[in-house]
Amino acid sequence: MSTSTLDGVGHGASGTNYLNAKKGLMSWLFTIDHKRIGVMYLATVLTFFLAGGLFALAIRTELATPAGDIFSAAVYNKLFTLHGAIMVFLVLVPAIPATLGNFLLPLQLGTIDVAFPKLNLLSFHIYVFGSLFLLYTLVTGGVDTGWTFYTPYSSSSADGNVVAALTGAFILGFSSILTGLNFIVTVHKMRAPGVTWLRMPLFVWAIYATSVIQVLATPVIAITLFLLIFEKIVGIGIFDPALGGDPVLFQHFFWFYSHPVVYVMVLPAFGVMSETITVHSRKHIFGYTAIAASSVAIAAVGFIIWGHHMFVSGQSELSGTVFSLLTFAVAIPTAIKLCSWIATLYKGSIQWNTPMLYSLGFLWIFAIGGLTGLFLATLATDVHLHDTYFVVAHFHYVMMGGVLFALVAGMHHWWPKITGKMYNDTIGRVTFVLSFIGYNLTFFPQFVAGSQGMPRRYHQYLPEFEMWNQLSTLGSYLFGLSLFIILGYLLQSLFSGKAAPRNPWGAASLEWRTQSPPVEHNFEGDVVCTYGPYDYEAHRALKS
Amino acid sequence: MSMLLPLLAAGVARADGGQFWMPKAASTYAQQVDDVFYFIYFTDAAFFVVLMAAMIIMAVKYKRRSEDDTTPVIKGNHTLELVWSVFPTFLLVAMFWLGFRGWINMSVPPADSMEIRVIGQKWNWTYQYPAASVNGQELPGFEVAGADEACMQRIGDPTRDIECNAPIVVPAGKPVKLVMNSRDVLHSFFIPDFRAKKDVVPGRYTQLWFEAPEPGEHNVFCTEYCGDRHGYMYSKVKVLPQAEFDAWITEQREKAKASGALTGAALGEQLFASKGCAGCHKLDGSRLVGPPLNAKFGTQENLEGGATVTIDEGYLRESILVPGAKVVAGYPPSMPPYQGQLNDAQVEGLVEYIKSLK
Ligand code: HEC
Ligand SMILES: [Cu+2]
Ligand SMILES: [Cu+2]
Repeated sequence: MSTSTLDGVGHGASGTNYLNAKKGLMSWLFTIDHKRIGVMYLATVLTFFLAGGLFALAIRTELATPAGDIFSAAVYNKLFTLHGAIMVFLVLVPAIPATLGNFLLPLQLGTIDVAFPKLNLLSFHIYVFGSLFLLYTLVTGGVDTGWTFYTPYSSSSADGNVVAALTGAFILGFSSILTGLNFIVTVHKMRAPGVTWLRMPLFVWAIYATSVIQVLATPVIAITLFLLIFEKIVGIGIFDPALGGDPVLFQHFFWFYSHPVVYVMVLPAFGVMSETITVHSRKHIFGYTAIAASSVAIAAVGFIIWGHHMFVSGQSELSGTVFSLLTFAVAIPTAIKLCSWIATLYKGSIQWNTPMLYSLGFLWIFAIGGLTGLFLATLATDVHLHDTYFVVAHFHYVMMGGVLFALVAGMHHWWPKITGKMYNDTIGRVTFVLSFIGYNLTFFPQFVAGSQGMPRRYHQYLPEFEMWNQLSTLGSYLFGLSLFIILGYLLQSLFSGKAAPRNPWGAASLEWRTQSPPVEHNFEGDVVCTYGPYDYEAHRALKS
Repeated sequence: MSMLLPLLAAGVARADGGQFWMPKAASTYAQQVDDVFYFIYFTDAAFFVVLMAAMIIMAVKYKRRSEDDTTPVIKGNHTLELVWSVFPTFLLVAMFWLGFRGWINMSVPPADSMEIRVIGQKWNWTYQYPAASVNGQELPGFEVAGADEACMQRIGDPTRDIECNAPIVVPAGKPVKLVMNSRDVLHSFFIPDFRAKKDVVPGRYTQLWFEAPEPGEHNVFCTEYCGDRHGYMYSKVKVLPQAEFDAWITEQREKAKASGALTGAALGEQLFASKGCAGCHKLDGSRLVGPPLNAKFGTQENLEGGATVTIDEGYLRESILVPGAKVVAGYPPSMPPYQGQLNDAQVEGLVEYIKSLK
């Protein structure tokens, strides 16, 4: 690759790119271009996020006062079920891997597409197909089982929508398995010359570890949901004690998937952080191997700690003890990452722009999410905190805050590459302040309500929890508002944003070497990688 | 900042005996749990402050001056990486160990615990006290359940029934072991002031024990989602001084003995309140979870699937024992089966009672 295509030289004005190379709706819906698929995922995921978010605001509105007075209990239960199911299955699982992952993986590896482009399109179609089932339940009256579908409540429920929702989740699983498979093969087989394993950006490592989890864990939830559907339709006893089944067995199966899936959500977020923090402080990542290895370690250990969701479920004391001990093991690689990112800032040249602010916000939020996890890994304290708002706050800090702040950071970071436009950074920074305050105001008070004893999934609550809930509701409105503002200025940039240069941030990884937005086959010529993704020295030398 | 305020407030006691983070500690092991909580809390707080201070200070100090800034190449530092991998490990092991000790304490009931059966059911708790012989006299066990009528009258608002649910009454200064199961779906028995919680599972028994040193009243919540009125499945633990408790339990047993003599509709009326029927069936012709049961006897009932049936004794009996066998049209099959929960005399009593309702 010639030096003339580095930083800012010859940006996308040259004419065609992946966005305008083909025209018409069909050219999008049946594209096999990973970039277009990534963009379609992004649009779909954001639409579902909007729906799930509106449910969340409805829930917070009900909880603004102790009495259950705005919605009936039945409607409230459907609200939190749909909120959870949409956010987990339709938003958080695909949030980063299917959107940014799809878009970036081949670019960062310097190649033209994923290993199986048609399979990639199939994943997207399966995702849409599965989501139709959840939409169907939504318009025909919803489900009220909670996103966890715990038996025997779910298996004994007469509501036909439960089967539809389960089928939807079952189908969505295939989308995620196929995406995972595709990405694994891509990483192994499609790296451009010079992209050695240790020259892969950490985002690629994170997506790689994520894919391994998706491929190994998703079949388990698929089988579990299938058994549940089977039990409901045929009436054989698997989970329902009235039929001779075991409800705790369901919990084991469920968390065997749903714990690792937390890492499907956050590992890609970690990957985004490793990119944004290095680029915007123009520093080589601190401890590349440690970060890459800790992604893999988290993926591995993540498989053997599911029982920490079940300390009070009636599983044996011995299992509880073992799961608690193993859970602490996952804290170490996570701590290593946090420390490494912060150490990366040392003597850097730190830009206070929108992607960087969201990245620093992520570190704050994720630190709280991770540290509060220790209370829940510890047996004695978990007994008290389990199924209270403390847990709700904890997993929102980790899953929702972590993933969302990383996604927003990533969207701002790669927006110029994806769309070829620059957004208004000043509005971006102001909105960051609003969203950061709104976020913490929403979820921090829930820790206090929870440790004081307020259980989750309550339609009404005792007056002593009122203050915490009102702060939380207020925060959720602020946060909701800030997200609308982000959506607003990003969309606006599509129409009136300045054209983006190839490499607005001076990044050293490969995706910035092509024009913005990239041409259909990603790079204008062959890519040869001669230095690592965080080697700003070499990058600089090459440029001048 | 949001972390700093609670940090300062952490130990501040409140008027009701609770603190900023934790409610009052009212069982023998609650303080131990709180000690573990605060150990983690202050460790966490220290880490958080150090990490965030480092982040903010560096973000300010190394803010980009010009586009041409150059930065040193630092790819890592083995000593530092070793320190932040190994040092937290010790603290984590300490956390695990403290938590484990507390948990063993919470999991193993003392041998001399007094046993009470707890039954979870949509959406109330039933407490069964064992039979005993007092002064050579055999007294039967009894049940406490449902909402207190007098209390409901006083409040006069049926949506606030949670305030009137019958409490579980226990003696102060004596270990109490709850042996729990569920009649329908999962529930969970949670007493925040005791730091005690355990799932209540259909088809298996789970245990929970506590000892409350002081008399007092404490909230009980259901913490496992169980359907519509999960948020209302609320009760209290009432801790009485030993002497008062003894008087109470003897009185209840004597009442039970007296009502053991109850038969027919009178027994049925009492069971209708104590077995949770009233939670789903109204007697004034209006619909609740299930159909109203007054003025039903002898009429025709439409069933799910199109058949009809005459409501006679046999149908009533079956509807109570195996409600799934014939489901009333337009209603969910959500009534729990009472097969095995009621003896013959009790079923007869209920049937007689329903017959008598106008
Ligand atoms: C969780 C709620 C619930 C509880 C508790 C409950 N029921 Fe029901 N019951 C229902 C529902 C719903 C139906 C209608 C569906 C069906 O037939 O199974 C029903 C139906 C009935 C019927 C048939 C009524 C008819 O019109 O044909 C009878 C009789 C009955 N219940 C008696 C009782 C008695 C006696 C108790 C207490 C021992 C009781 N139920 C407890 C929910 C409940
Ligand atoms: Cu988990
Ligand atoms: Cu419940």
